[in-house]
Amino acid sequence: MTQKKVGGTKKKVHEMLSMAALVLIFIAYMFPFVMVVINSLKQKRDIIKSPFSWLFTIKGLSFDNFAKAFNQMEFLNAFKNSMIVTVSATALVTVLAAMLAYYIVRHKNWISNLTFALMVASMIIPFQAIMIPLVSIYGGTLNILNHRSTLIFMHTGFSMAMSVFMFHGFINGNIPIALEEAAYIDGCTHSQTFFKIVFPLLKPIISTMVILNALAFWNDFLLPSLVLTDKKLLTLPLSTYSFYGTYSADYGTIMAGLLLCVAPILVLYVVLQKQIINGVVTGAVK
Amino acid sequence: MKSQSNGKDFCMFALPGLFCFLAVVIVPFLYGVYLTMTDWNGVSQVKNFVGFRNFAGVMKDGQFWRSLLLTFQYVVFVVVIVNVMAFGIAYLLTRGMKGQNFFRAGFFTPNLIGGIVLGYIWQFVFSRVFVSIGDSTGWGIFEASWLSDPTKAFVALVMVSVWQLSGYMILIYVAGFMGLSEDVMEAASIDGASGWVMMKNIIMPLMMSSVTICLFLTLSRAFMVYDVNLSLTAGAPYGTTEMAAMHVYEKAFTSRQFGVGQAEALVLFIITACISGIQVYLTKKREVEA
Repeated sequence: MTQKKVGGTKKKVHEMLSMAALVLIFIAYMFPFVMVVINSLKQKRDIIKSPFSWLFTIKGLSFDNFAKAFNQMEFLNAFKNSMIVTVSATALVTVLAAMLAYYIVRHKNWISNLTFALMVASMIIPFQAIMIPLVSIYGGTLNILNHRSTLIFMHTGFSMAMSVFMFHGFINGNIPIALEEAAYIDGCTHSQTFFKIVFPLLKPIISTMVILNALAFWNDFLLPSLVLTDKKLLTLPLSTYSFYGTYSADYGTIMAGLLLCVAPILVLYVVLQKQIINGVVTGAVK
Repeated sequence: MKSQSNGKDFCMFALPGLFCFLAVVIVPFLYGVYLTMTDWNGVSQVKNFVGFRNFAGVMKDGQFWRSLLLTFQYVVFVVVIVNVMAFGIAYLLTRGMKGQNFFRAGFFTPNLIGGIVLGYIWQFVFSRVFVSIGDSTGWGIFEASWLSDPTKAFVALVMVSVWQLSGYMILIYVAGFMGLSEDVMEAASIDGASGWVMMKNIIMPLMMSSVTICLFLTLSRAFMVYDVNLSLTAGAPYGTTEMAAMHVYEKAFTSRQFGVGQAEALVLFIITACISGIQVYLTKKREVEA
């Protein structure tokens, strides 16, 4: 789509205009983030007086808000909880979904056909249609809510269908069965063949699925809010929610807290930008 | 693989993943259908079978239908604005402009952040920043916080959702534009197509597969909006911005009417599934190969 041919001044003007439009929209997009950053450093009275004023016109800037937010939302604890849940659930769903997809591709029998059909069909069920019975089964009958492992298990189950679907497509198209046959002839067992030969070949799709799943787990609010209520177990979105409820009038602290909450993921985004964007596009287009 | 070890293979490779999936998705879904026929309140040991009385309860729940109607309006606005904007921005971005990757990455940023945090960020912008702009400029539109007026709070909700979702759709449309064959474009421009004709007759049909994906994603996300709804307005003022998903939550977990709540969730699911199905059917029909 690049139009390299020189098209005279009219085209130049056109290009300038569209660039200007783009820059304006971009500034509007970034505006809320800028507001959060500059107000997180101000004191409450300055925020109420003029949230819009820029940093250099205000005296008394400080990082006090950050210290306060850090302590009051028990940032380290929530961060730790989010990390444990995200990392374990992502690892679990990656391995289990790859194995299940591999089984489905290599065994054409009624059970794998049925499983695959059920999974594809289940992808249109929204979480809201399941959450009420989910709570009543796991909270009532089994009574295992309020454990991190329950949340990890549920995250794994909910992302299973999508992950199996993606792995299935990849294995079908990219993994030649001749490799596995060669491994069997060399004396590998099925599990050795899978973990030593097939799994490493899945690397491209694994990185896509890790990014998609980890982002979803890290940011999820509704499911963790139903599973975890114990204050010690709250993940970052949950602790942000309860923190906001308690300190909603203390704007500076709130802004600092929100910034703390998004900081880890933004740092990761700066480092892994290319992979994240590619992962998201592959995930959507498939 | 040899067939005699099939059972062992199944237990080792398929069973763990399948178990998670069945235990978390399929069993609760089926149990949910059963729940709609009971009068369970979430606490008591007894569940009485009440047949289809809960669905009658859904019919009578005026607030549910109001929230559903509101959700429809919201979905229409969000889907149209998100896709038009994302399509336009992606079009501008792929015309060989400098800094394309930077812009694309920037627009995508809101997608990385959970809806709860996004809603809080905007709540501050609407209730403090805009009001302060109103105070210093005298513009009437910013005089009072948008979130305290039903119509403006609805507009605010649409705005935030557009802001949140469009970055994702920009990525998909950009990928679509990059995939357009240069040969086709060149052939069309040699034949004299340009500007609007080019867009309507060449680009749009070739972009239909991206449109199918984007419409599907925005539709299903907009119908199920919850996080932003909760943190931006929480249904305020007076429940006038309560979307269907939030109403279902309130019905079950606050009013403790699990049966009716679950029946409403199923109604919402069926409506969403039908509309998404029709959309995919209609836009797929218009897809062409280059």
